[in-house]
Amino acid sequence: MRSLARRSPLTGVGTLVVGLVILTALAAPLLATTDPIDQDLAVALKPPFWSHEGSLEHPLGTDHLGRDVYSRVIYGARISLVISVLAAFLGAVVGVAAGLVAGYLGGRVDTLIMRLADLNLAFPLILLALAVVALLGANLKNLIVVMAITTWMIYARVVRGLSLGLREREFVQAARALGAHDARIIARHLLPNVLAPVMVVWTLEVARIILMESALSFLGLGVPPPTPTWGRMLAEGRDYLTVAGWIAVFPGLAILFTVLGINFLGDGLRDLLDPRLRRQT
Amino acid sequence: MRTYVARRLAAAVLVILGVSVVSFVLTFLTGDPAEIMLPPGATAAQIAKFRAEWGYDDPLFVQYWRFLKRAVHGDFGNSLRHGQPSLPLIAARLPATFQLTVTAMLLAIALAVPLGVLAATRRGGPMDLLAMAVALVGQSVPNFWLAIMMILLFAVSWGLLPTSGRGGVAHVVMPAAAIAINLMALLTRLVRSTMIEMLSEDYVRTARAKGLRELFVTSRHALPNALIPLVTVVGLQFGYILGGAVVIETIFTWPGVGLFTIQAILNRDYPVVQASVFILATAVVLINLMVDVLYVWLDPRIRVT
Repeated sequence: MRSLARRSPLTGVGTLVVGLVILTALAAPLLATTDPIDQDLAVALKPPFWSHEGSLEHPLGTDHLGRDVYSRVIYGARISLVISVLAAFLGAVVGVAAGLVAGYLGGRVDTLIMRLADLNLAFPLILLALAVVALLGANLKNLIVVMAITTWMIYARVVRGLSLGLREREFVQAARALGAHDARIIARHLLPNVLAPVMVVWTLEVARIILMESALSFLGLGVPPPTPTWGRMLAEGRDYLTVAGWIAVFPGLAILFTVLGINFLGDGLRDLLDPRLRRQT
Repeated sequence: MRTYVARRLAAAVLVILGVSVVSFVLTFLTGDPAEIMLPPGATAAQIAKFRAEWGYDDPLFVQYWRFLKRAVHGDFGNSLRHGQPSLPLIAARLPATFQLTVTAMLLAIALAVPLGVLAATRRGGPMDLLAMAVALVGQSVPNFWLAIMMILLFAVSWGLLPTSGRGGVAHVVMPAAAIAINLMALLTRLVRSTMIEMLSEDYVRTARAKGLRELFVTSRHALPNALIPLVTVVGLQFGYILGGAVVIETIFTWPGVGLFTIQAILNRDYPVVQASVFILATAVVLINLMVDVLYVWLDPRIRVT
């Protein structure tokens, strides 16, 4: 970890931030001061502790239903991380497989897969996600599947490009000459060689999905209440901007902090894995 | 060049056909459209009559073919909520969305180009660090949160800008800035890295060796070449910008297609959702096609090969 931080400070900072967010999500029951869904109208719209009306009992204040903003922000990390990590993983599995097959086999299979990717990219992704979630219903499973639909083609394009190059390499041709099946060549020779760039894309996609999931949640199509999500907290805070701005400020900062950390990590990893880029940036 | 354009055009037509399939399928995701479109408590006889009347009894490909034929004629059916044809309802809101997205794109370019150039020409210096910090934060900030914070600051606290609606220039500032932020961050990084590349090219060295002023070398020799990739990226990002507009229009009650579509989605107004998804996706495909052609026209190296 220390040597990583020395080689790439960006990756170091990113790892630290992401580690902190993961730890927060895991230890939410220990870190939260109250139950995030507990309502107490007697303390509704209490400001954060540094304000003269605030108290350390509700460090970041309370919302219109008297729920503790700090505890809700902490628990909100769980939903964002679960959806983004799983959706990015599901998208990666589909996208990497599609990219490997397209790049290695070429021809009509390649054309078909790449046209499908183009088709998917043509839709404003958030609109597609909104429409599908609205039609199928907003729950954790649907959200993960919908988010995966908005991400697979990114992997497919990257991996296809890489496997087009790998296909012509000697070790692949040697395997083919020895009579290895296409499936074996793809799984044993191509896949391990595309995993590093895929990891970079995965990291950056997790960040993008967190933003998209919170946007969906903000529009009322995220994981349904009472589960606290950053996006819905923001939407609820919007109605109280003039009297209780803090309700909207903190979940937004949590999203920014998390996404920034993941982007640091992704960028850092990319620089580490691509020396040409490292010299340039 | 002509073959290339023809090939790209054919591919675009294929993608638009695919777009029509997805738009068509969207209605069937929830199950029987008849049960969804009829009011709750409709009798089996009413459902059967509705299905026969609207052709929902036909095989799927027959229904798709009918949908496609109607779509080509601009007929996506009547809005369930407004009782009027969907397409004109959307078309009436397109100029507002166009105004917002174009302003956002221009704003992003106007900020990103100078910032990226300054960062590249003063590489490693404080300006470079500042530009990269702005880019990294800009890339990570949720635009809808930024929009709310801008409302809190510029509208609620300082009363400088209107909180919502469409009117004069003041109305467009906050929504356009909120949409522009992510694109601006991406473009700043792109301009910086391509400028760094261009500034190390032989022709730049030659220009410097001729004794040209650095400002002239940067602005007339390196910058025009660094801007070529910008065209592609701005074009490719159009889908994301439209997506951004969908959310931001809702926050500022900007009367565009985005707000209208979100309302249609929430009201389960399927004909409008179908038409809107089809039109916006087709717009993205056509803009990408234009960008591809423009790119070939701008870069003679590709035109020749």
